[in-house]
Amino acid sequence: MVSQKVKFKIPMKNHIQKNKSYTVSTNLVYEHNNTRNTVNRLITALAALFAFISLVPLILVIGYVIIKGASQINLDLFILEPEPPGYDLDFAGGIGNAIVGTLVITLMATFISIPVGVGGGIYLAEYSKGGILSKFVRFGVNVLAGIPSIIAGVFIYAVVVVSKIIFGSTFSGIAGALALSILILPIVIKTTDEGLKLVPDDLRKGALGVGASMFTTIINVTLPSAFKNIATGIVLGLARAAGETAPLIFTALFSYYHISSMQDILSEMSSLSVLIYNFALEPYEAQNQLAWAASFVLVLLVLMLNIFARIIAKATSDS
Amino acid sequence: MSNKEKISLQNVSISYADKIAVKNVYLQIPNGKITSFIGPSGCGKSTILRSINRMNDLISNCTLKGRVLYEGQDIYGKNIDPIEVRRRIGMVFQQPNPFPKSIYENIAFGARVNGYQGDMDELVETSLKKAAVWDECKDKLNKSGYSLSGGQQQRLCIARTIAIEPDVILMDEPCSALDPISTLKIEETLHQLKNTYTIIIVTHNMQQAVRVSDMTAFFNAESLSIEEGGKVGYLVEYNDTSKIFNSPNQQETKEYISGKFG
Amino acid sequence: MKTKEEKIFSLKQRPNSEKWIDLSFRNFTITMASMVGVILISILVVVFIESKDAIKEFGLDFLVTADWDPINNKYGAFTAIYGTTITSLASLALSIPLGVGTAVLLTEDILPKQLNELIGIMIELLAAIPSVVLGLWAVFVMEPFLRPFLNLLHQYFGWIPLFGSEASGPGIAPAILILTVMLLPIITSISRDSIEQVPSKLREAAYGIGASRWCSIFNIILPAAISGITGGILLALGRAMGETMAVTMIIGNSNNFSFSILSPGYTISSLLANQFGEADGIQVSSLMYAAFILMVMTLIINIIAQWLVKKLSLKYQ
Repeated sequence: MVSQKVKFKIPMKNHIQKNKSYTVSTNLVYEHNNTRNTVNRLITALAALFAFISLVPLILVIGYVIIKGASQINLDLFILEPEPPGYDLDFAGGIGNAIVGTLVITLMATFISIPVGVGGGIYLAEYSKGGILSKFVRFGVNVLAGIPSIIAGVFIYAVVVVSKIIFGSTFSGIAGALALSILILPIVIKTTDEGLKLVPDDLRKGALGVGASMFTTIINVTLPSAFKNIATGIVLGLARAAGETAPLIFTALFSYYHISSMQDILSEMSSLSVLIYNFALEPYEAQNQLAWAASFVLVLLVLMLNIFARIIAKATSDS
Repeated sequence: MSNKEKISLQNVSISYADKIAVKNVYLQIPNGKITSFIGPSGCGKSTILRSINRMNDLISNCTLKGRVLYEGQDIYGKNIDPIEVRRRIGMVFQQPNPFPKSIYENIAFGARVNGYQGDMDELVETSLKKAAVWDECKDKLNKSGYSLSGGQQQRLCIARTIAIEPDVILMDEPCSALDPISTLKIEETLHQLKNTYTIIIVTHNMQQAVRVSDMTAFFNAESLSIEEGGKVGYLVEYNDTSKIFNSPNQQETKEYISGKFG
Repeated sequence: MKTKEEKIFSLKQRPNSEKWIDLSFRNFTITMASMVGVILISILVVVFIESKDAIKEFGLDFLVTADWDPINNKYGAFTAIYGTTITSLASLALSIPLGVGTAVLLTEDILPKQLNELIGIMIELLAAIPSVVLGLWAVFVMEPFLRPFLNLLHQYFGWIPLFGSEASGPGIAPAILILTVMLLPIITSISRDSIEQVPSKLREAAYGIGASRWCSIFNIILPAAISGITGGILLALGRAMGETMAVTMIIGNSNNFSFSILSPGYTISSLLANQFGEADGIQVSSLMYAAFILMVMTLIINIIAQWLVKKLSLKYQ
């Protein structure tokens, strides 16, 4: 259909006239070939292409981790210790000690960061009145969240590993946990702060109004109502810590052996992520395969923690 | 096609998701007149207004049945380009919504989008003058549109709409967020725009409808059955403004304009 | 009567123990909050003190010298600084259009709602995948697959210094690509949030004057969301500069300086990850110096990012 182009002019009538001219086609039909519509379709297609490209790596990574990792899953994998590279060309052992190590180190890191994070969050949300300290802490939390994870490792290396400050131990599980706790801290403090702020003020005033102390109010009223938000933050922190490698490579280092007693947290400790890093770079096929198996377990663990956090968060918004 | 009818709604029903919001509306909007839509809240008058330039397309679950004719063309027809429709049928919204740009750019942007090729300075000036906001703006054309007061912002939005020289201007309660003085100024502007543009205005304020409009459509809403829930709007009466307010045909209209409900 | 009432409420007068608990709990939270500042400052101070020897020895030349010679104890971080800069900027250049484009797509009603949600969740999942796993994938899958294409790049554009060498394995280019994958979720989710914060009345205004979808996106919506998007981009930049594992595994870890992104290189963080374990003496100090530079770079970028994001949230309140 050919559109008829006319100069749009209306003769002077009353007060106001249309005095400018636009080129106006008289029909409203969608013209497939006009520049505007072509450009719009092109850009829409481009945006869809971009979104598709963004998803390809995820699908490929998950796909490869499942194909190469899931096939190796068996009981031995979860129980045995890994064999040193080159020792046996066909069998690299299991990742039992690394799974335990990851769990122990991340749980320790979480327990270290909970008092600091929740305590600091309580200060920000309940006590501070927007003064200098709270502004500085909020700023500090954001800056700390942006610090490269390897720097946390370097810092703990200098402060804990070299100085042997913790019972004379050098590389140790506890040093690794300290490095990870620096990374979790901003997450916990932020979610505590935000979770507490969501608690309606009426609740707080109600408790204070009947003469409860600030401490009683926080412990019995505000903290329980913000519990799910805080728990979400802690689980997200756990997920973050479980996947981290850089802070561990020169704090917790690595070990080929299971931990057997509490004492062992003071010595070198293995973790899934460091196992993947070390064995990926080995020239031996068996070790590479073990790295894929460990990746599968690690991705599964991290995704489950993320989904768990989502479920907690969802339960919050429903109640 | 009768020259007097600019827009014609034929058995229009609009629903959001599965819920019908307004049903079976027949309306003939005359050329070069101001038509006002009045009625209690929730009666679908804004929904109908927004359907006239396909603004409801922005709401993803909104569907329309029936036909909306603009100069004889069904604007919901198969091959219609909604952008072309909106270039002919402009809209001024309930909340003033200038772009976060300078006052000058607020006008110039729309003009450029519509392929304006004349003198931009002149267009900005005449549009602002027509919208009766030139005096307040002339010394700060390069300042942000947000630096104006609410009433001035709304008149800037009217100027922006005038600048693209639409055929029809839709106004969705343009004065609801404004103070009485700004309202008065906008009503003056409306009087000046009459005859050049076909204007449809939704208003909560019956006095305003009397003051500015030639034709008035009264919408009302009825409650749906309990299972369905909610309300559905419908057109009660449409006539000359003087008829509607002095001798309405329907009992409902009479009750509404005498303030019995709404 | 009065005496009787006092007997029923035996705690009308607050006991000292309660007051003490109240006060000490308050002090406890203040201490914990201050810990954030203490940790932050001690990280800065410790890294600075540890790098003092190297700063004294090499001064600012450290930034522009490319030698990294543990045998003669001569150190310069230029190769690593170049690597950090080029990998983070190039990955940003790739992930901005992809991320912002995806964010726009997800905020428009082009695709069905459920599909939008699914894509959104998948992109968040991508953010959750540990960096070391991405590194593993990059080493065994991505890099071998891409090598022929990178070599084509060298064949046709070899006259540009950036592509001036052959791709023979791990190198800067695959590191850039894996970083892009890691930045995508950050840029997408922050851009998406920023675009969703743009009031819908602005979109209506643009459509109301007859602007097309992309005309209003480019001229109205994106400019209105720009400070949030920029904040997100800067956060991503900070992340890219500090990202360690995936990069260390795929960049090749070589201190021979080359402009070409097809040859192996170093970033500051991969230098640390690779050498810290076996270093001693002035080499540790030099690594600390490099860590200090990295920290200052990310600190500055993060502070600007925070400022920009805050500016946006104020704008539409």
